[in-house]
This record gives sequence, C-alpha cells and structure tokens, in this order.
Amino acid sequence: MDTHQTAYIEEAREILTELETSLLELEERPDDMELIGRVFRALHTIKGSGAMFGFDEIATFTHHVETAFDLVRSGELTVSSDLINLTLAARDEIRKMLEDHGNRSEEDQQTADEILINIKHLTQGTKGEKAAPENTSKSGSPPPKPRAPLPEVKGKLATFRVSFKPTPEILLTGTNPILLLQELAELGECTIIIGNEAIPPLTEINPELCYVYWEVILTTRSGENAIKDVFIFVEDCSEIRIDLIDEDLDPDDDTQHKKLGEILVDRNVLSASELSNCLAKQKRIGEVLVEANLASNDAIDNALAEQNHLTKVRQKHKDHAETSTIRVEAGRLDNLVDLVGELVTLQARLSQKALRENDPDLISISEEADRLTAELRNNAMSIRMLPIGDTFSKFRRLVRDLSKGLGKQIVMTTEGEDTELDKTVIDKLNDPMVHLIRNCIDHGIEMPEEREAAGKPPQGTVHLKAFHSGANVYLQITDDGKGLDAEAIRAKAVEKNLLSADATPPESELFALIFAPGFSTAKTVSDVSGRGVGMDVVKRNIDALRGTIELESNKGTGTTVTLKLPLTLAIIDGLLVQIDTGFFVIPLTAVEECLELTRQEARLAQERNMISFRGEIFSYISLREMFGCKGEPPPLEKVVVVEVNGSRIGMGLDSVIGQHQTVIKSLSKVYQNITGLSGATILGDGTVALILDIPQLVHCAEIERRGG
Amino acid sequence: MESDQRINKTALYLTFRLGEELFALDVFQVREVLDIAAITKIPRALDFMRGIINVRGTVVPVIDMRIKFGMSPIEQTLDSRIVVMELDLDGEITVLGALADSVHEVMELEANQIEPPPKIGSRWRTDFIKGVGKRNDQFILVLDVDRVFSADELTRIASVEREGAMATDTTGL
Repeated sequence: MDTHQTAYIEEAREILTELETSLLELEERPDDMELIGRVFRALHTIKGSGAMFGFDEIATFTHHVETAFDLVRSGELTVSSDLINLTLAARDEIRKMLEDHGNRSEEDQQTADEILINIKHLTQGTKGEKAAPENTSKSGSPPPKPRAPLPEVKGKLATFRVSFKPTPEILLTGTNPILLLQELAELGECTIIIGNEAIPPLTEINPELCYVYWEVILTTRSGENAIKDVFIFVEDCSEIRIDLIDEDLDPDDDTQHKKLGEILVDRNVLSASELSNCLAKQKRIGEVLVEANLASNDAIDNALAEQNHLTKVRQKHKDHAETSTIRVEAGRLDNLVDLVGELVTLQARLSQKALRENDPDLISISEEADRLTAELRNNAMSIRMLPIGDTFSKFRRLVRDLSKGLGKQIVMTTEGEDTELDKTVIDKLNDPMVHLIRNCIDHGIEMPEEREAAGKPPQGTVHLKAFHSGANVYLQITDDGKGLDAEAIRAKAVEKNLLSADATPPESELFALIFAPGFSTAKTVSDVSGRGVGMDVVKRNIDALRGTIELESNKGTGTTVTLKLPLTLAIIDGLLVQIDTGFFVIPLTAVEECLELTRQEARLAQERNMISFRGEIFSYISLREMFGCKGEPPPLEKVVVVEVNGSRIGMGLDSVIGQHQTVIKSLSKVYQNITGLSGATILGDGTVALILDIPQLVHCAEIERRGG
Repeated sequence: MESDQRINKTALYLTFRLGEELFALDVFQVREVLDIAAITKIPRALDFMRGIINVRGTVVPVIDMRIKFGMSPIEQTLDSRIVVMELDLDGEITVLGALADSVHEVMELEANQIEPPPKIGSRWRTDFIKGVGKRNDQFILVLDVDRVFSADELTRIASVEREGAMATDTTGL
C-alpha cells in the first residue's frame, strides 16, 4: 500500500468519526441544514478521494449514500430515523471496507448490498431519482425548488493568472490555441488578455507561425490541476505559468482585491520601491476629503480605526486557520517522550554529581538544566495529551444502539469533554468504559414503564463526566437507574463463596465484591452484558493503568462509577525507598505519609499485621518479609502509609530516600508474570530501581494471608 | 515446530562455558558481551531469573542458564560475563542477558561438523539443543535459545514454582 493510500485511510477514518457524530446530532435536529451539509460533504470527500486512490469499492458504495443526502439537501427527501439508521450502517460498512481493503468476504458484500437496496428504496419515491434511477440526481432533472442552492462542493473559489506562451511553431503541430482558451473559459469566469507586441510588420509575417501569447485571469473552483489538464498536450511546445493570485474569495469581502500597484509589481512591470516612491507622492483619500471640507479629521480617523480593526481580525482568523494543527505519527511522539525520559535520568545524575562536588558554579548550571528538563518534560507530555471528548462521542453511538436494541429510552449527556489525558491512557480506557456504560444500560436503567411506575421520567440518562484533580483525572459514569441491589449482591457473593453466609459487611464493601472475578448478578445472560466476565476485567484494566475504581449506589436513584487515573504513564513522581539492598519507587500519588517504628514496634506490627497510629488502626505489610529479604533490619523501620481502594495500609521498609522523577521502563516480557511490580526505572548512578504496583502488592498480600 | 530442523549451512558461533560444558550460540543472536555489573534482584521472581541490569538506559533481564539447565547456580568469578542476546519470543524481539562462566571465541562451524543431538541418554533436554558440534575432541552444544526461553517455558515453570513458593510462604505467616 503506498503512502497516499495510507494517508487516505487515516483521513477517511477521521471523516467517518465526524460523520457518526453529525448523524447522531442530525437525528436530534433533523431540519438542521448545516448538519445535512456536513454529512453530505463527509460522504462526498470519502467518495471523491476514495476513487482517486483506488478504493473503487468504497467510492461506488458511498456514491449511493451520497445520492440520498443530495436529495435531502435539495429538500426532496426528509431525514427519517430509517435514513439515519441506514447511513450509520453504511458508515460502519465503509469503515470495514477501509480495514480490509481488497479482501472483502462474500458476507460483507451482502450486507453492503442490502444497505444499498434499502437506501435506494428510500430514495425511489423522489422526483430526482425517478428521472434518472441509475444515476445521481445531479444528472437528473434539477429539483424544482432548491431550498438552498449550495454551490458545487468541488473546492474553494480561487483566482489564477495563467500565462500561456506558445512557441511560434505551435500551429505546425495542428494545435489550435483558441480551442485551449475556450476550454479554459469553461472552467470559470475569465478575462483573456492578448500579448501582441511580437507581431512583425505584415510583409515579414509567416502565416504558419504564432506570434502572440495570452494571459488569462481565471476565477474557478476547479483547482490548479484542472488548468494544467487543459494544456496537457502543449506543455512541451509552449511556456505555461500558473500563479495563484487570490484564494477563497468571499463575495461579501471587498477588501481582498489587489490594488493596481500591487498587480503591476506582481507582473514585474515596476519594482516595489518604484511603486512606493510614486505612492508617496499621492495624497491619501482621507487628506483629500479633509482638504475639500467633505469630512472632518475625526470622522476619517474613526473610519480608519474601523478599517484597521477589520483587517486585524481577518488576519488573525487567517493565521489561526493556517497554523492550527499538524499531523504527527504517534510513534514519533513516543520517541520524543523516550528521549526526554533519558534526559531526565541524565539530569538526575548531573544533580547528584553537582551536589557531591559542592561546586557553586556546577550547582547553578545543574539547577538551570533541571528547570529546563522539567519544562521540556511537561511540554513533551502535553503533546501527547488528548481531550477525552472524542472518546465520549464514540460512546454516543453505543448508547443509541444498545438502548434501541433493549427497547429503553436513554440519552447520554457529557461534561468536561476537554479534559486532557495521555494518549496511551485514553487508548486503554476504551474497553473498560464500554463495559461500564453497557452495564449502566443493561442493568442500571429500567424499562420506560418501570421507570414511570417508580415516578421517574421514562427517559433514562447516562452522564459521563471528566475532571482534573491534582495529578489525577477522574472519570465518572452516572446513571439514574435502579441502583445496585445490595441483597442480590449479598446472595450471589455467598453463593460464589466470596462471603460467608453470616457476614454483614457495610454496603461499600459489598459493592466492591462485584469486581471479584466471576461475579455477575444478571439473572439471564443477555446480548449486552452479563457473561460473567465483566467488572473484574474492568478492574484489572484500570489497575494496569495504575488507576482505581470506586462505586457508589443508591437503591432506586442510580449508580455512579468513579475512575481515578494518573495523567500519564511515561514519567511519574515517585518516592524512592530502600528495602535491604534494593531500591524501589512508590508512586507518589498513592503515598499519604511516612512513619517510623522502633524494632520492638515493628515486631509487634508484624505479628498483628496492623499498626495503630494517631488513634487510627490500619493494616501493615512488611515488604522485607514479603520480598524475603535476609539482611539485618535497621534499628528504626520506616512505614510508608499508602491509600488503596479507600483504605490506608502501612508498608514496612528500611529507609525513605526522597522524591524522585521516575521514568517508567517496562520490565521485559520475561518478567510478565511477576506480581507487585509495574516497571523499573534507572537512578542517577545507573542502578536500577523497581516501581512497586501498590494495589497489586496489597492484593497479593491479602491472598497470601487468607491462604495462611 | 520443526523439532528436527537441521543445521545446513556454515555459520559463525559464539562459544561460552557453563560449568564443564561448552555451548555455542549463533552470532546473529548475540548483541554484545558485558562484564558483570550490579544486577538488581527482582523480589518474588524465580531462581533462574537473576534480575535486571541497565544497559545504556534500557532495562535488560538477566538469567542464569545453569539453573535453567539444572546445574548449580553460577558463582561469580573474574571470567563471568553476561551475553546479551536477542530472542524471538512469540514473534516479539526480546533482549535478554544470560550469565556465562566464561565467554570464549567466535568460531566457524561447517554444517557437516554439527550432528543432530542424540535423542536418548542425554543429560540435556534435547529440544533445547539444535545440534552437537565437535572440535579438538571437545563437544560443543549448539543452543536453540529461542526455545530455551520461549514464553511457554517461562510461564510453565513460573506457575509451578509460584505454587511452590506460595505454599512455603503461607506456612511462614
């Protein structure tokens, strides 16, 4: 596949995503002409570029869908839910065609054909289609009452200066330049200027030679290539220059036309300095008016201010449009972040060395470099940040399709779409989010009748909310459904041996049980969710992102699931600690505080598996013991208090070294089965420290304890 | 897969010693040979997984092939080295360091100098050995490292030993 095709696929994917959003919006506001135009343009682009890059299948298929929307545009067809459904299905089909370009299965072809037949069925009743059943409405009779005569969506209106200087011998080849000029004139509005300076006196004229040249000012939507095509056969025997002199002409905009002087300079008739010299002699219109007593100085100044303002605004707008985005391969960004990671490591070495040398000059250099590195790190990270909104809008379709399938009425509302998250986090969030939303729709929100009986509006709501807090991003999925049934969960947990029959844990602990492997309260296995693999997988996915998941539910009023996620997966702030001879990093977001225990206290803590501090009692895990360290423990043991799933746990270790900017390196695949570690990092002196996966470590300790 | 895949062309091999035995490794799989540096131990990992080292900014796992082959663990001497190699683990290129008692030379072995490993009566798991070469009356075991460290091998042993480790751990608690 060549690079153009890859680029097309990239672009088409984006357009398809936009198309989906537009279609879903259109469903809500079926009369919005702008939305209809947007859908049409999306389809048109996919079709047009598809044909250009050899995706004929897509082009043919999309053509028919486009036809339908052309009819909608001209007011002959109304937007119905059938049309939306079909177009959405067609969108999915185009997407599939993109994915398996060139090797489509028979089955897929059938679905595509079915969609087309249905679309044709819809469009058949209209006039345009009757007139030309096998063609677009464009070639059919024009619609009688075009609602909004939109211009051909071929391209932007642009003005070109085409200079066409044939060699004198051009006539000998049988070419008639007049025909070429006529062809050019068909492309748009044009002014033809003839250059006849070279015509010799009549006595010297050779009638077989061409002595003239032409300059054509052409305003067209067809683009430069169409102009080149006109001259394709005479390229070799003539001089052709095509210059773009004005683009994107807006009929309302009269300030963009070039002044006479500028045009002359452009045409090399006079130089810019000659022009400005002459202009300096000329009086400004304002001065002339003031001299003639036609306007006051103030009035002129005001008018000038207004003019300046307009120019500025327009210029700003233009700048914005030109520099808004560039497209960069994700791999390159990953590379950049890797490099920054190495720089951070190197910087750690430099600071260490500087402090050891105690040289004030070196220390100041190192501090300066430190500041720059931190800034660079933040910048590099921010490039990878994406707003969560795109992900949210993907779920709109999911909610729509699922609720229709189940006969429920559900709307999705969102909040905080512009909250940014690292791309890698967003990519890995998709699956768990889909699962949680499915759960809301399937188990949470009731059927319309049920809701009305409970005194709620028949239409249920799924609300997605994202917001920042500290070094974390929170995602909340809220539904106004029936809430979790504590009794059902209890019964199920007892049945699955996750809870003893006489235990009465508080609600929050009970709810946490639904994240246990193999737990599912749905009585029947539905198409949507409830296959028994569910919330535990969600939890594992979120754990892998070093995030946490919390659940809150009130019977009858709904459920809220809160995901707490780290901003990035590449570089984190950590607490560097030592256990025996090894160095470890605890992610700083989990750390609450640090304590000290004497050896006596430590022994007691180990025996009881808990410590009491400031009147609070919490679990205690000795990492020395857990990691099987054999060395002599230090006289004073340090305890780092961490928060896991809302409860505080003390981690016993040897010493706390300090805060550390931690560049996360993955442990090799060889170590994929090791629990309790999420990666490694390289310290300033080149030694490797391991990053602790606190939730997993706690989980492991719990299992081992239960086993004992 | 093709367990009796013969070696049918002349190739270069790096030879290294583990205990009394001389092993050979296709040089194309060797990235570099390092002096032993500080190895960071991974807690709760298997014995033969000795830990990780920092190779110019990347983290590389180190394993002790002697333990893997059922010999006593390597005792570090002046001659000990880490052979950093590239493996194909389930289609993914993985970099791995292996401890060796000493590293000898790069040598050429003709295809006809290498015989298929004996099927029975071998101390070695024959599926780890591609062939047996001979030079100056010394046997050289040509390793199939991809297979030695295949994901299967790693996880199979991991699960067995994890259960064992858990059992001993829990008695301690």
